Parts: sequence; structure tokens; C-alpha cells
Amino acid sequence: MSTTPTIVLVGHGMVGQRFLEALAERGLTATHRVVVLCEEPRPAYDRVQLTSYFSGKSPDDLSMTDMEFIEKHSIELYVGDAAETIDREARKVTARSGNVFEYDTLVLATGSYPFVPPVPGKDAEGCFVYRTIEDLLAIEEYAKSRATTGAVVGGGLLGLEAAGALKGLGLSTHIVEFAPRLMPVQVDDGGGAALLRTIEDMGLTVHTGTGTQEIVADASGAVAGMKLSDGSELAVDMVVFSAGVRPRDQLARDCGLTVGERGGITVDEQCRTVNDPHVFAIGECAQAADGRVYGLVAPGYEQAETVAATIAADEASFTGADLSTKLKLLGVDVASFGDAHGTADDCLDVVYSDSRSGLYKKLVIGRDGTLLGGILVGDAEAYGTLKAFTGSVPPVSPESLVLPAGAGAPAQLGPSALPDEAIICSCNNVAKGTIRGAVTDHQCTTVPEVKKCTKAGTTCGSCVKVLGQLVNAELEAGGVEVDKGLCGCFSQTREELYEIVLALRITSYQDLLDRHGREGARGGDGCEICKPAIASIIASLAPTIGANGYVLEGEQAALQDTNDHFLANLQKNGSYSVVPRIPGGEIAPEKLIVIGEIARDFGLYTKITGGQRIDMFGARVEQLPLIWARLVDAGFESGHAYGKSLRTVKSCVGQTWCRYGVQDSVRMAIDLELRYRGLRSPHKLKSAVSGCARECAEAQSKDFGVIATSNGWNLYVGGNGGATPRHADLLAQDLSDAELIRLIDRFLMFYIRTADRLERTSTWLERIPGGLEHVRDVVVHDSLGICDELEKLMAAHVSHYRDEWSETINDPEKLARFVSFVNAPDAPDPVVGFVPERDQMKPDLPLLSIGMRPTESKEAALEGSAQR
Amino acid sequence: MTLAPETTDLKVQLQLADGWFTVCDLNRLLPGRGVAALLPDGRQVALFRDRRGELYAIDNRDPFSGAAVLSRGLIGTHQGRPFVASPLLKQRFDLVSGQCLDDESVRVGTYEVRAA
Ligand SMILES: Cc1cc2nc3c(=O)[nH]c(=O)nc-3n(C[C@H](O)[C@H](O)[C@H](O)COP(=O)(O)OP(=O)(O)OC[C@H]3O[C@@H](n4cnc5c(N)ncnc54)[C@H](O)[C@@H]3O)c2cc1C
Ligand code: SF4
Repeated sequence: MSTTPTIVLVGHGMVGQRFLEALAERGLTATHRVVVLCEEPRPAYDRVQLTSYFSGKSPDDLSMTDMEFIEKHSIELYVGDAAETIDREARKVTARSGNVFEYDTLVLATGSYPFVPPVPGKDAEGCFVYRTIEDLLAIEEYAKSRATTGAVVGGGLLGLEAAGALKGLGLSTHIVEFAPRLMPVQVDDGGGAALLRTIEDMGLTVHTGTGTQEIVADASGAVAGMKLSDGSELAVDMVVFSAGVRPRDQLARDCGLTVGERGGITVDEQCRTVNDPHVFAIGECAQAADGRVYGLVAPGYEQAETVAATIAADEASFTGADLSTKLKLLGVDVASFGDAHGTADDCLDVVYSDSRSGLYKKLVIGRDGTLLGGILVGDAEAYGTLKAFTGSVPPVSPESLVLPAGAGAPAQLGPSALPDEAIICSCNNVAKGTIRGAVTDHQCTTVPEVKKCTKAGTTCGSCVKVLGQLVNAELEAGGVEVDKGLCGCFSQTREELYEIVLALRITSYQDLLDRHGREGARGGDGCEICKPAIASIIASLAPTIGANGYVLEGEQAALQDTNDHFLANLQKNGSYSVVPRIPGGEIAPEKLIVIGEIARDFGLYTKITGGQRIDMFGARVEQLPLIWARLVDAGFESGHAYGKSLRTVKSCVGQTWCRYGVQDSVRMAIDLELRYRGLRSPHKLKSAVSGCARECAEAQSKDFGVIATSNGWNLYVGGNGGATPRHADLLAQDLSDAELIRLIDRFLMFYIRTADRLERTSTWLERIPGGLEHVRDVVVHDSLGICDELEKLMAAHVSHYRDEWSETINDPEKLARFVSFVNAPDAPDPVVGFVPERDQMKPDLPLLSIGMRPTESKEAALEGSAQR
Repeated sequence: MTLAPETTDLKVQLQLADGWFTVCDLNRLLPGRGVAALLPDGRQVALFRDRRGELYAIDNRDPFSGAAVLSRGLIGTHQGRPFVASPLLKQRFDLVSGQCLDDESVRVGTYEVRAA
């Protein structure tokens, strides 16, 4: 051990973790012993995304630490153990646990602590700060059990995030800011005014130009109110302090390292402390060589890279960084970049402001036309492009960059106009040239590949949109034809075909193929990809375009996958399974008995599904109508387990039985299932309703999930289980029954309209430009003005719903199709056989291989074939 | 005898070793879909009719799974030639030659078929 030098890292936060990655990338973990002291009870997590905990991200989702990485690089990570003292003479760190570590190199990455102004009562019960996952857990617990009104002290970036979180927890919320405007650091008065208006419209109460004088506690010592500098008093039950941060430099002070006047361990351009060549400091605890303490991750990451390079004896330095930020606060875009406040001599402002819609955009332009910086509030679409142009003269006039599209000459200044040096991802300092290189030299063809290759877009995500445009532009420039067509028959995407079908009211697949198919495909029979996809589009629009919604009618019958054709699910030996609908998973004993009797009489294997219903396996084609005649007779209808359509809406028992429940989740699940049953969509749709936040129905793993709150319902969308699980995102909160249903109507219809074939809501939400925010704009704020139409389409679906199975068993011509053999309607398929298994039966698989010689295909082909 | 309902009277027939074997009325075949037929020796044939009325017949057995399901696949046109995609794992078979389009080494049997 004495031969391998030791690096001790104190603090495993965002910057500490990046430092470890930089060590590993340079092979330094192989040549050094690396010890990490992590004070928090969990390894590094994404603090920037902290607030997303309140929209459903779990602490695990936020983790940035891959334990495999730690193990692979033999990093000794001590979670929950803090450094207590440093002995620089002996080069030793003593931890709280009593462990002592000798070091050759010590790196301090201890971050900041929230500053709590010294007002009387600041330690009352119910006062919190907003920095760690533990803080959030404590806030959540207190807000849920003991508070109805909350106040946030501080109207900066973090204060607004904290206020949004309190509001999300159902509290009426005040923001108290000492400065005359919100976000005083990032925006100017105009931007602050636009922000204020939007935030007040959301129901938050803002007190600017107001100081907090005292926190008033009740007899038990818990927060009861606060006194403000304007003499007023607010009745609040909890307070979150968010009045800035201070570097955690105590450890450094105690061992005699120099710190700045306003705190921060003083370091040089290599991030080495000015007193001790063996000690470095990075991240929010350091005062950089330019005299500033940076409170953003991107500069911290750069410092981490600098130290790793310096240890490896490479040239590197950190001389300062840009403070550009783009944030989404309470759903409002706020961005500032470059010289946002126009401090340079002789500069001019170009301002566009529309307070009615909460828009404010300002560009700071130098005398010679150079773009120096700017502020964007309400719409920060152009942020990526503008920031990259900062420091140069943009190729179009500055006004056209901030005017809304449609006014004057809207400049569509795409990222392709940017120079190669332009920084696209400022969190990870990735230039446009690097991204282009990923496509041209490293053969990346998709955004996820480019993200992996370059790290661009992996931190705050605000550049992902520009990234997508760059990747496509590069692929196209490289002659890679990006054929977005649905299949070999259609050059249009599913979304485009949907629009064509809707606009031209095309009710026949052949018509669509012959008129809009690719040249060579017209007049042909299409293929197995587009037939079901188009059948689904026509089916979901049937009532509106005047097509027959019955999937076995006319041409529709020839387009359906076998499952839809036989209204049952094909299983491996050619038999089918049958799933009747059991809305919300609620079923009366009499109906259970009917299912049991049918399964027994037809010799079916039964299994309870994950969707709270019963699947009966092993039916032969000719048995399906007989089985369904009995099911329909007992009041069952098709469960659409075979269709790309709504499967089930699961529910927990909810308020009716459960002592925790706050709403009737079963009733809501039944209502939803009956409303959306039979709705044909690009892929299957699953849903669930939970009666309270304990989430027993697992609604957050569904395409649309509903969780009861004491005020109504929260709607989550885009969840998925299966091979690529995804936690659903919160779309809207505290909805009434009617609001909930209206929003789901819009959401589903918008998905059906714009998704790709076989694209679940989870992938759709990640793919479509603008992601969740765009979808929220469209379905909640009606930004495209199509909500009316979406609702009408859904209303048409609901009123035209008919049960496919009861229709089928009453139609002799359709029933004639349910035979194994057209020339021997009573003969069963001899390959479909069963053998006993655990009191039931299973497919007789050896039957399938009798007479099979797939590899000797030539012979197999000759045998029994009269050559043509 | 009752009067035959309105049909074209055309029958679908397969060429077997000992002559033409009648399977069913032509109108039982929906354009774009298949049906299965049982031969006297127990073999199964999948019969298809495309949108122009052409008839095709191949073995009903899906060589990849062993299940007798090819008649339940969707048909289509690939580079001008008709094919059926197995409903189980979606491999495609040329309806004229029986050749699997997704695996060169696999072919299914084919039959001569006519409407008479
Ligand atoms: C809610 C919120 C939102 C934010 N949003 C953004 C944003 O949008 N963009 C942006 O750029 N930045 C944002 N930030 C700031 C960003 O999170 C910080 O800049 C970044 O986390 C700094 O990283 P760090 O490693 O220096 O500090 P930290 O991430 O705070 O890590 C320091 C770690 O060191 C530990 N530590 C301290 N002392 C010791 C000791 N003696 N022994 C052992 N361990 C110790 C601490 O417990 C902590 O875990 C946000 C911060 C918050 C709280
Ligand atoms: S989610 Fe809530 S209401 Fe439903 S069963 Fe669980 S604890 Fe009870």
C-alpha cells in the first residue's frame, strides 16, 4: 500500500462523482488507491434534478453513482462517513467513524450549505432548507401531516423550485424575496415582471421587496407565522429557507487553508489550494482563480476534469466559466446567458415583451453587432442557438431572433449555422464540432448514441433538442438517407398517414396505398407492417371519417393481425387464449363462477393476469364462438387483450375499504376502463388508479396512471413496466373527475395522432420534440388549439363503442371463419394438443416437432409439393 | 333439393398426386386473408387470395414453431412478389416458391391451386 499513492476525496456530491469518473478515464484509478468520504447517507445523486422527486422520481432514480463503476475501479467509498479533521503535516484525514486515511493527494469537494438568515425563530419546528434528499423527505412528511400554508424565504432559482414543490404538496404558498424582483441574479426588471405574472397566475403569492423579520412559533415550538418588514404578518405552518448558499469550507479553515473573504477555499488555476500543493478544492466549496465561487454544476465539472488532468501531469487549467443557465421553473422557461445585464460599455438592448402571455426576451448587443448575452423568460427555445452565437455577430438581425414566429420576419436560425467551436452542451462543455464528429467519425446515428459518446445532453438536458437537429443535419449531409417512412410501402410516418386519413377521410387501406403509397407499392398487397398500423388508424378514427368501426367488417378483416382477426390471443402451439373484460378488476362471485365453469367445460388453463383479470388458455379456433356465446350470455364483453388498444385499468380497493384511501379508486378505474375500452391505438395502453399516495395499484408504471389526492386526482403519463421500465411523469395535479377525464381524452388522442407504430407512450414521450413539456403545453394549455378536436374525436369513440364479441356471435357469416379447416369445419387441428401439468394442462410441445425438418428444407419443400 | 344460395359456383381446387382435390367455394377466401385446408392424408395447406384474385397454396405448418398457423398470417407484396408473414414470429414466406425471405435455408412446400 505504501507503494501506491493514495487520493482521498472528501465529499461525494455531483462534482466529486465527476472527479472519480475523470480519474477512471485517465487510468488513474489503476495507479492510485482512491478513498472517498461521503457524508450523506447515499452516494452521489443528481442535485440539479432534486425537485423532480416531487413529480415522482425516487431517490434511486436520482442516483448518479453506478456501484459497478465503483467496484470495477476498486474505489473505497465510505457512505455516511464524513471527514472531521485534516492533519496536513502528517497528511492524514480522520473520519467521524474514527478511520484515519493517509493521503498523497487530498481533494475537497464539500459543496455548500444553505444560508439561513439569522432571524429570530429560525430554528422553530417546521423550518427547513432545500438541499438534500433528506431535506425533501422531511419537507414532504411535514407538509403532508402538519401544514396547509407554507412560505419560502428567497425568490431566487432554488426558492422558486422549493415554492413549486410546496404548491405541489397541496400547500397554499408564499414567496418572500428581499430584492425588488424574482430571480434577481439571472433576470432584469422586465424579466422579473414577466416571471411574476406567470407565477402569480399559478396561484402563488409573491412578496418582493420584502424582508423576513421573525418566524413566530406557537406554544409547542412549531411555526405559526412570520413577520415581514412591511409590518404585515403571514399565518404559515412551515417555512423553507432558500436565501442562497455558502461554501462548506470549515474543514479547510480548521487546518489552516486560506479561504476567500466571503468564503470558499482559495485555489489557483489548477484548483490547487494556495497553501498546500497536496490539497485541491473543486465545486461549490472552492473560490476559483478568478475570485468567484461558482454555484452551478458545469464549472464544477470543469474543475474536476482540471484536477484529474493535473494529477496525471497533463496541462489543464480552470480560469473561470460562463454563468449561462436555462431552467424550467414551475413550468416557465427562464434562461440567461453571457452578459445578461448589459454591463459592457456602449451595448444596446433588444427587447421583446408580451406580459399577457408572460413572454420577455432581451438580447444584449455590442456596438459592432456582436451578441453579448441575453435573458429569455417564458420561451427559451432559442437558448441553445443564441448562447452558441454569443461572442460573435449572428448571421441574421437580432430582432428576428427574439420576435415570435409569425411576427415580422421570423428567422429560423437552425443550429447548422453555428460554428464548430460553439458550445452546445454547457454542462459538459461539448462543442458542436465534437457532436458532428460523433456522427461522422464514430458512426453514431441517434441522439442516445451521441449522448453516450460525447456526454452532451446528459446533465440538465436543455440542449437535447439542438442535439437532435444537429444529428439529423449531419446524417443528411453525410448522404445517409434518413428514411422516416413507415415501411417499404409508405414513405410517410405513421403520424403523417394519420393526418392524411383524417383530412381526406380515407376509409380504405387499398385506397390509401394506391394513392399515397410508394411508387412501387401501389396496386400491391401492402405488407404485414402497414396493414395493421393503418387498420388501427382507420379504426380509431372510424366514427369521425365514416368508416365501419367493426374490425371484422369488409376490408378491415383482411388487415388485422391474427389476434384481432380471431379476437383472441394466438399462443405458441396455434391455440388461443381468451380474456373477458373485468373493469377495474372488480368482479362479482356469480361471474367468477361462470368463468370457472367455462374453463372447466372447455378444458382451459386459467391464470390470473397482472392486469387484474383472468386469462383462459388453450382454446381452439372453433371453440372461440362457443366460449364467447356463454361469456356474452353471462354479461361479459371482449377484454381486447388481443388488440393494440386499452387493456385494463387496475385499481386498489381505495377509500371504500382501505383505511388510507382518500378517493374511490375502484369507481374511477371502472369509469375509465369503460370509457376507453376498444380504443385502437399505436400500441397497447395500460392504466391504473390508486386510492392514495401509497400507490398500491402501481399507477406510475402505466401509460396513464391516476393517484388520488385529498383534493382530487393526480395524472401521471408515460410510465412503463416490462423490459425498459419508466416511471410515469406527473402531467397535472389535484384534478376533479371531469378535469381528469378531459385531460386523459386529450392526452390519448394526441398520442394516437402523433405516435409511431408500436411506440408505447413512454418512448413516444421521450422521442417527440419538447417531450413532456410540449405534451403538457398541447393538452393542458392547448398551445396548438386542437384540444377541442381531440375531445370531439374521443367523444365520437365513446358513443360508437360496440362489443366486438357480441356482434360477432350474432353474425353467422363471421362465425364461419372460426374453423380450423375450411373444408372440415368440425375437425380440430391435430397439432393442438395438451398434456397435464399441476392440476391443469399445458401445450403438448413434442406434437409440434413431429414431421418437422426445418433444416432439410429442400426435401421438405419437395415432399408433397407439385412443382409449379 | 334446396336452391343453392347466390354464389359464383367456383370451387377452389388443389393439385395432389392423384388429381384435383376440391377444398371449398371460392367465396370462402377473403382477398388478403388465408384459410387452412385438411388433406386426406392429414397434411395441412394454407390457401390465400390476393387483391387481384390470384390464388396461392403453401404448407400450413410454420417451420420455425411447428404450429399450423401460416394460413392466419398477413399477406403482402415484397418487390413485386406475394408473401405471407407468420403470425407467430413474423418470418415471411414467398407464396409462389415457399422460400423464407428472412432465412435462406428454410422453405415450405407449395401446391398448385386453381378456381374451377
Ligand atoms: C434544488 C437545487 C437545484 C439546482 N439546480 C441547478 C441547476 O439547474 N443548474 C446548475 O448548474 N446547478 C444547480 N444547482 C446547484 C448544483 O446542485 C451544485 O452546483 C452542485 O451540486 C455542486 O456540486 P458539489 O459536488 O460541489 O457539491 P454537492 O453536490 O453539494 O456535494 C458536496 C457533498 O459533500 C458532502 N460533504 C460536505 N462536507 C463533507 C465532509 N466533511 N466529509 C464528507 N463529505 C462532506 C456533502 O454532504 C455533499 O454530499 C441546484 C442545487 C439545488 C439544491
Ligand atoms: S393505494 Fe392507498 S388507498 Fe389504495 S390500497 Fe394502497 S393504501 Fe389503500
